[in-house]
Amino acid sequence: MDAVQTTKILDLKGLLCPIPVVKMAQAIKTVAIGEVIEATATDPGVMADIPAWCRTTGHELVRIAREDKIIAFAVRRVK
Amino acid sequence: MAVQTAPAPVTAPEVATANKLTMIVFSGEMDRLVAAFNIATGAAASGMDVTMFFTFWGLQALKKHTRTGRSLMGRMLGWFLHDIDGVGPSKMNFGGAGRWMFKQMMNVKQVTPVAELRSLAAELGVRMLACQMSMDVMEIRREDLIDEVGDVAGVAAMLEVAMQSKATLFI
Repeated sequence: MDAVQTTKILDLKGLLCPIPVVKMAQAIKTVAIGEVIEATATDPGVMADIPAWCRTTGHELVRIAREDKIIAFAVRRVK
Repeated sequence: MAVQTAPAPVTAPEVATANKLTMIVFSGEMDRLVAAFNIATGAAASGMDVTMFFTFWGLQALKKHTRTGRSLMGRMLGWFLHDIDGVGPSKMNFGGAGRWMFKQMMNVKQVTPVAELRSLAAELGVRMLACQMSMDVMEIRREDLIDEVGDVAGVAAMLEVAMQSKATLFI
């Protein structure tokens, strides 16, 4: 576990495309620049979608990993 | 009758190619509308400025639960037009059984219903335009459409946004 300061925890488990990215887009606006959102999801599509969303929006994907059915990831607001 | 002024330009003309997506929604089937609103909400969440232009069967996605039509043929057509909750899938509808089946299956998997995706799209700032010509032909009035409809417009208004968009989709 790296030393990131988590500002917000987001539970996206059970939600399917496009809701995880929509919830992330809404949540990122609620934290300050530099702060990190920590989220968990179950939709396997998230493994591709969250990195893509980070590339298109310019936010930093701190980490993403899948363990069993749970995908955990962290995104830092950049702008 | 009140004097009607022209709607404000959809976008600032000085913007060349911005981070925009234009979608022409021609189809009115449940599955195609799920795809359309899924892409629209996803694009809006990814920071794109999204405009959806609804034409012909696509107008059902914006229709209230009302009967439309003035003339005999217009009213006959009105019997076959649905709202977003009443449209069936493009394949295997089986006179409404398919619609029921798909709704059940989507519900079990917790897929967001298409009407909710539409609300979400509006919430995310997706601009929804209705095609004037299709409305005239199909005898659908502005008051038959939901309040989230931004403007009633024509091909030139749609093309103006399309020319400034990174991608344009026809569904």
